[in-house]
Amino acid sequence: MTVADPAISAVKRSRGLAARERAAWAFVAPAMIAIGLFFALPVIAALLLSLTDFDIYALADLDNLRFVGLQNYERLMTNPLFWGAMKNTLTFAVLGVPLSIAASLAAAVILNARVVKWRPIWRVMFFAPYVTTLVATAVVWRYLLHTRYGVINWGLESIGLPAVDWLGQPSTSIPAILMFVVWKIFGYNMLIFLAVLQTVPDDLYEAARIDGAGPWKQFRHVTLPAIAPTMLLVSIISVASFFQLFAEPYVMTQGGPAQSTVTVLYFMYEEGFKWWNLGSASAVAFVLFLCILAITLVQLAVAKRVGAYQ
Amino acid sequence: MTSGPHRRGALALLAGGAAAACTPRRDGETVLRFWAMGNEGGTVGQLMPEFERRNPGVRVAVQPLPWTAAHEKLLTAYAGDSLPDVSQIGNTWVSELTAIGALSPTPPAAADLLTDQFEAVLETNEVAGRAMTTPWYVDTRLLFYRTDLLARAGFDAPPQDWGEWKRAMHGIKRVAGGDNYAILLPLNEFEQLLTFGLQTEEPLLRDRNTRGNFSNPGFISALAFYRSLFAEGLAPLASAAQISNVWTEFARGYFSFYFSGPWSVGDFRSRLPASFQSSWATAGVPGPNGLGASAPGGSSLAVFQSSPHQEAAWALVRYLSEPAVQARFNTIVGDLPARKSAWDIAQVERDPMLAPFRGQLERAKAVPKVPEWERIVTEMQIVAERMVRGEYTPETAAAEIDRRADRLLEKRRWMMEQGRAV
Amino acid sequence: MKIRAVLLNLAVALIALIVLFPLVWMASVSFMPTGEAATFPPPLVPSRWTLEHYQDLFLNQGMGRYLWNSFALATLATLLALSFTVPAGYAFAKLKFTGRERLFQFLVAALVVPAQIGTLPLFLMLKGMGLVNTYAGALVPWLASIFGLFLVRQYALSIPDEMLEAARIDGAGEGQIFRRIVLPTLQPIIVTLGLFVFLGSWNDFLWPLIILTDQSNYTLPVALAALSREHVQDVELMMAGAVVTVAPVLILFLALQRYYIRGMLAGSVKG
Repeated sequence: MTVADPAISAVKRSRGLAARERAAWAFVAPAMIAIGLFFALPVIAALLLSLTDFDIYALADLDNLRFVGLQNYERLMTNPLFWGAMKNTLTFAVLGVPLSIAASLAAAVILNARVVKWRPIWRVMFFAPYVTTLVATAVVWRYLLHTRYGVINWGLESIGLPAVDWLGQPSTSIPAILMFVVWKIFGYNMLIFLAVLQTVPDDLYEAARIDGAGPWKQFRHVTLPAIAPTMLLVSIISVASFFQLFAEPYVMTQGGPAQSTVTVLYFMYEEGFKWWNLGSASAVAFVLFLCILAITLVQLAVAKRVGAYQ
Repeated sequence: MTSGPHRRGALALLAGGAAAACTPRRDGETVLRFWAMGNEGGTVGQLMPEFERRNPGVRVAVQPLPWTAAHEKLLTAYAGDSLPDVSQIGNTWVSELTAIGALSPTPPAAADLLTDQFEAVLETNEVAGRAMTTPWYVDTRLLFYRTDLLARAGFDAPPQDWGEWKRAMHGIKRVAGGDNYAILLPLNEFEQLLTFGLQTEEPLLRDRNTRGNFSNPGFISALAFYRSLFAEGLAPLASAAQISNVWTEFARGYFSFYFSGPWSVGDFRSRLPASFQSSWATAGVPGPNGLGASAPGGSSLAVFQSSPHQEAAWALVRYLSEPAVQARFNTIVGDLPARKSAWDIAQVERDPMLAPFRGQLERAKAVPKVPEWERIVTEMQIVAERMVRGEYTPETAAAEIDRRADRLLEKRRWMMEQGRAV
Repeated sequence: MKIRAVLLNLAVALIALIVLFPLVWMASVSFMPTGEAATFPPPLVPSRWTLEHYQDLFLNQGMGRYLWNSFALATLATLLALSFTVPAGYAFAKLKFTGRERLFQFLVAALVVPAQIGTLPLFLMLKGMGLVNTYAGALVPWLASIFGLFLVRQYALSIPDEMLEAARIDGAGEGQIFRRIVLPTLQPIIVTLGLFVFLGSWNDFLWPLIILTDQSNYTLPVALAALSREHVQDVELMMAGAVVTVAPVLILFLALQRYYIRGMLAGSVKG
């Protein structure tokens, strides 16, 4: 390389920049086109669809399509099945989030103790259910929860408790599914908690011990403050994921008994792909979206406040 | 290999499943895609070698579907332009599939397939007087009962009306004892309540089938009867998914009356031990006053408009409609043939378990033919389950069903006004 | 202190039992003779070990076909997702181009929108394109992975600019730089993302359930859900089906768990 004429090098550089710009677009374009075409466009179309009465008649002949404004939303608001689905979804979230967070946290705290042997192995093992195929493990749990031949009722009976008709009664169907869900997902948040716990310096525990704090006090005064911000954010993210339950009720209860496990997403599926009311199903999808959006906004506000989320 | 029930299923699926799983296309060969559900899906493959022998160059790929997913699968396939050439369909779906223009109506050349049929069943296959599908097998539901337990409860003949039936059930509940019940009415199935409802004089829809008519006194009394069976501890609060094994529970005496169709005859025979075979029988459905009606059920064969192989498809329908073939299928799966002459060939009525079906079919009463019907009865059952669980009285439940039916029929009313619907 | 150690180890053993039991029970029941699992008390070990249910699945129920579909779709989804998102993620991290900031903001906003919302119109769109009941239709959602793009971008930010500049001064084109420098540097995150997509596609249920209407195209989860409705009473057969569905992903995860967990923590803790 010789020292170049400044004018030539400027031309070269701008040519280089143009080339880099072209290259950048070539790198980005396929993904952006795919996202635009198969993600953004359908989402916008869903909003429009929710303002029509697109149904099986319209599928056969578009002349049977009517623009109905907000009628789908109005009807949803007065549809007890939809409110039932909302209530069920909220129940899943309200029971499931604390339960799964508690399980994750307990497992993380236990695994974080140095006296526990083979910690890397347990870490992977406890996480394993998370990567298993949901449909397959849901089928397994359906049999574990069987009223007459299930292992869980056998366990209950052998310690003198009455058998429970887990998936057969509206009052126990949600807790039964939650047992499965917690089993499947607790490893995920456990890993996140473990990562945070490992950043807590041992000196803090040492100091607390010297001050005479027992395990509970150590947990309350050292562990909990360290983990609180993460816990808050993880909880909010979990709420959003509980809003998307679908395969669990589809496989385990088909929404029953008495619609007690119909979630919002399951309701959307039935409305859309069982009865082909695409208009009202899209309205359900949008209400679901608004719920998740609201949760996310709370999450962002909390994250800003806590400031710990890097 | 293995014991009875499993082997039967395995053999059946060997024919059906394997054919559907691998579909290499050889040149000049027409592959007919044929969807079938439940027991039929598992067994109809056994009839195919003969059809393929008679129709060289045509091969049938049978795909079995579970009944609970069949309806949505068909509509999804319609929407996705991937309907098979021929499908078994529930005959209550005929008007819906007609409304969306999915069906290929019976061509004049196949008009003879519509003779030698049961009148009430044939009617369910017609829309505006035009045959859209071809009845394949007929069924209707009646009572399966434990003869031994009924006798021990002091009854030597099956009950004829609701009052007598109720007394018999209480008797059986006493005899069976323990955690056992008298009757199984799966809470997720609408057929039982619908049957009770059909016993009434009034139609279930009114105003040219554009509004619900469930609040008539007859249907309300049917709701009350249905509810009382649960309230009095005669029926367990259970859906079909919870009874993992209907036939063994029946043999164990968990329930003594079971409300089902002819397919269960085959199931009970093959899945239950020989020693138990003298302990059960079938009988007509009791009504409020004497034996009552039930819905003419069964499946029809539908050829879809989208099929490029119309000729071969109709050849398959013709083959499956042949009395001799229907008679053979009757011996395989226990389905009642649609063609009356097949009954004679198979000597169906010689079978004491099947004989009561003839009478029940004669008392059959068609349900309203609107595309929304499937959804209306689904909503009916949702409300009924809630009534059983205490959320409604029969009167408020009937009003709620009407409200939901009216809402479901709104588009139909609009289409009628526009002159778009039949 | 000794007591504490014993208690903690016991607690871990108890959790391990709860976590492993369903999986071990599933495997055990799949080897039981027909009907054995539907007895009380539930047996934990087969009275006689048999492979009949696996034979039944593969010979009669078309399991081989579903296994192949799942495998082919997951592999294709992985390749497609990587070839779409890796270059884009790198470009967002390291290349300046007009509109980058605005596009990026759009993507951040889009991250909030759950993909299920577009399911219904997407189905109608694919119907118009004739892609319902095809592999292509099943693969479409994996092309548009915003999450994958972010994951790659996050990692690519750590590539030193000097390295890229040096290559440019040496006269390398952008394509060459990407192939020779960027791809090798991104290798760990590519394995991670590939693993995410493969497992995600293998385990996916809602979309294949809707888009794959014909049995010959079913993936394992869709086939298993259909089978479980038809064969509720055949516990042993269903468990064999569950083993066939779960085993491949479990083994893959255990083999590559380092990549998986590292990527997961990077994606969620740093957000």
